[in-house]
Amino acid sequence: MTKQSPANIATIPDEGVDKGGQRLTPEQVTRVIRRMFEEEGGARLKIYIETCVHCGLCSDACHFYLSNNKDPKFSPAGKVKQTLGIIIQKKGRVSIDFIKKASEIAFTECNLCKRCVMYCPFGIDIAYLMLFMRRICHKLGVVPQYIQDTAHSHSVTMNQMWVKEDEWIDTLQWQEDEARDEIENLRIPLEKEGAEIFYSVIGPEPKFRAQLIYQTAVIMNVAGMDWTMPATPGWDNSDMCMYTGDDEMAARLKKVHFEAAMRLKTKRIVMGECGHAFRSVYDVGNRHLGWKMSPLPLIHAIEFYYELFRDKKLRVKQKYDIPVTLHDPCNVVRGGGLHELARYVINETCSRFVEMHPNREHNYCCAAGGGVINCGPPYSKKRVIGNKVKADQLADAKARGAKIIIAPCHNCHAGLEDIVKYYDLDMEIKFLGDIIYECIDKT
Amino acid sequence: MLHDLFSFVRGPMVWIAFTVFTVGSLYRLISMWRLAKKKDSVIFNYFSIFFAIRSIGHWILPFAGVNMRKHPAMTVVAFLFHGCLFAVPIFLSAHVILFKESWNISWWWMPDMAADIMAMIVIGCCLFFLGRRIFLKEVRYLTSVSDYLILAAVAVPFISGVWAYHQWAAFQAALVIHIVSGEIMLMIIPFTKLSHMLFAPFTRGYMGSEFGGVRNSKDW
Ligand code: HEM
Ligand code: SF4
Ligand code: SF4
Repeated sequence: MTKQSPANIATIPDEGVDKGGQRLTPEQVTRVIRRMFEEEGGARLKIYIETCVHCGLCSDACHFYLSNNKDPKFSPAGKVKQTLGIIIQKKGRVSIDFIKKASEIAFTECNLCKRCVMYCPFGIDIAYLMLFMRRICHKLGVVPQYIQDTAHSHSVTMNQMWVKEDEWIDTLQWQEDEARDEIENLRIPLEKEGAEIFYSVIGPEPKFRAQLIYQTAVIMNVAGMDWTMPATPGWDNSDMCMYTGDDEMAARLKKVHFEAAMRLKTKRIVMGECGHAFRSVYDVGNRHLGWKMSPLPLIHAIEFYYELFRDKKLRVKQKYDIPVTLHDPCNVVRGGGLHELARYVINETCSRFVEMHPNREHNYCCAAGGGVINCGPPYSKKRVIGNKVKADQLADAKARGAKIIIAPCHNCHAGLEDIVKYYDLDMEIKFLGDIIYECIDKT
Repeated sequence: MLHDLFSFVRGPMVWIAFTVFTVGSLYRLISMWRLAKKKDSVIFNYFSIFFAIRSIGHWILPFAGVNMRKHPAMTVVAFLFHGCLFAVPIFLSAHVILFKESWNISWWWMPDMAADIMAMIVIGCCLFFLGRRIFLKEVRYLTSVSDYLILAAVAVPFISGVWAYHQWAAFQAALVIHIVSGEIMLMIIPFTKLSHMLFAPFTRGYMGSEFGGVRNSKDW
C-alpha cells in the first residue's frame, strides 16, 4: 500500500514533453483519454489490467528493475500501476504533470521488449499496455522531442533521418564506387525490375554507417545474388512512428515500403541487421495495413546469411579468430526466433564462441530498443544506469574470454556501445555482416 | 433469529451465490468475447489452439518455466494453494452430502482427515501470500487494500471451515461465517481480480499463440 504519487517525482526536462504539456488543459487530457479508452481500449486492455493479480513475479524479467536496485517503480506491473493504473482509478481525470511523468515512464523506462511476458504466469503483455500509454501521449502531443523529430522525418521524407532522395542515391553510388576498388565490376543495382531480392535498410545506414551498405554489396556480389534497391522512398524499413504511438503513420510507412518492393516486382524482401525494423515489417506494420503476415516473403539478414552459408554461396577463407559472444536482439529472437540461425552463422564464420547468460529468448534487452534510445540525450544516462545487468552479463562473457560482442541489430549496437563505454568494459561490438565481410573468400 | 439467518444462508443464499457466480462468469466471458470481436479482432486471427495449449501446458506444470524455477517456494505454494483450493470444497464429504440431500446427486469424496489437512494448507498458503505482500517490496508496491480484502475473502471460508469442523469455541457462529464467506468468495470471482480464473486460459493462450505462431519462440 505504498502511497506514491508519480506526479511528485521530478521528471527529466524534455522540450517536447514540456511544450506539449503547456499547450494542454486538464479538460483536454480527460477528454482525449476517455476517447482513447472508448475507441481503442478493447478486451486486451481490460483483461490485462484486471487479470493481473499483483503478484510481482514479472519484476525479475525487467532489466530496469534489476538494474535500479530492484526499485519496484521499475517493475513491469509497477510501471502499469503508475500510468494506466492511476488513469483508470481516476477515470481519466489526471493532471498535465501526471501525463508528463507517464510519458517519461512509457517512453524511457520500457523497451517494449516483452521479456516480462515470459515471466508473468498469465502472459500479461506489459509492452502492449505501455504502447497504449504512449498512444495516449501521442494523441496529447506529449512525446519526447528527439523521437518525435524522427517521427516527423518519417512523415515528411518516409525515412528516419531526413535523408533526401538524391542523397540516398548518391550514397549508394558512392559506396558502389568505393567497393569497385575491391571487387571489379561490383554493382549496387538500383531500380532493377524483377530482381529476386529487394534489399532494404534503416535510415541511419546511408546517414552514418554507409560502410554497411558497402559490405552488403560485397556479400551480394560475391554470392552472386540477384538484388536491387529502390531509388524512391520505401528504401527505409525503419519505423519510429510505431513507437511514438502514431499507428496511422506507421501504416503509411510500411505501405510505402511494401509497395516499393512490389513496384519493382521483386520476389522477396531481405532486410539489413536491424531489430525494430524487423518488428515493424514482420509483426506490426503489416497488421496496421490489414495483412496477417507481410504481403510478400520477407527475411531478416540473419536468415539470409544462414541461407548463403547453408547453400554454400559463401565460402569462408579464414575463420574469425578473436573470441566472440552473441547478444540476442529481442525483436529478432523473442520476436522472430532467429537465435539458432544466428548461431549457425557464427559457427560457420568464427572459431571461438562464448555464450552469454541468459541467452536466446531470455537474453536481457539492450535498453536502447523500443524507441528508448531515440528519445535522445536527456535520457541516455538513465538508460545506461537502467541496464547495469547487461553490463554484468557482458562482463561475465568477457571473463570467459569474449572480446567481441556480435549484435545483429542497429539499436542494440548503439545501446551496447553506450553500456560498454559507461561501464569501461573495453569490448568491441560488431554486426554479423562485419564478421562475414572480413572472413569470406572474395575471389 | 439466528435460526432464520442460518436457514437463509443455507437455502436461498446458496442459490443466489451459485447463480451470481455462473451467470456472472458467463456474462463476463461473453461480453469480453464480444468486445474482443469488436475491438481486438487481431486475437482471433492469430489465436492457435496448438500454440495456446503448448504455452498453457508449460504454465500448469510446476517448474516447467524459467521463472517458476527462479521462485521455487512461490511455485510450490501456488500449486498447492490452487490444487487444494479446488479439491477441498468440491470433494469434502460434508459438501457432497449437502448436494446429495438437496439434488440427489453425489460423487467421490475424500477422507475428512485429508480435507482438514488440505484446508490448512490453503490457509498456510494464504499466509505465505500475505507475507509476500507485506515483506517483498516489489509485491508491496503493487498492493492496494483490495488485494488484502480479496486474499481475506479467500482465506476466511477455509479458516472458518476448519474452525467449525473441529468444533472449537462458538463453532456454530463459525459455521455461519463459513457459509456466508464461501458464498461471498464465489460471488466475487467474476467481478474482481479473481476473474483471473476465467481469463487466464485466454491471456496465456493468446500470448502462446503470438510467441509460437508469429515470433517462433517460447514464452516460458
Ligand atoms: C483455473 C483457475 C485458476 C488459475 C489458472 C489460477 C492461476 C493463478 C496464478 C497463475 C496466480 C499467480 C500467482 C501464482 O500462483 O503463481 C494466481 C494467484 C492467485 N489466485 Fe488463482 N488461479 C485460478 C483460480 C483461482 C480461484 C478460483 C481463486 C479463488 C477463489 C484463486 C485465488 C488466487 C489468489 C488469491 C491469488 C493471489 C495470491 C497473491 O495474493 O499473491 N485462483 N492464480
Ligand atoms: S522493458 Fe521489457 S521487461 Fe521491462 S517492462 Fe518493458 S517489456 Fe517488460
Ligand atoms: S507477473 Fe503478471 S500477474 Fe503478476 S504482477 Fe506481473 S503482470 Fe501482474
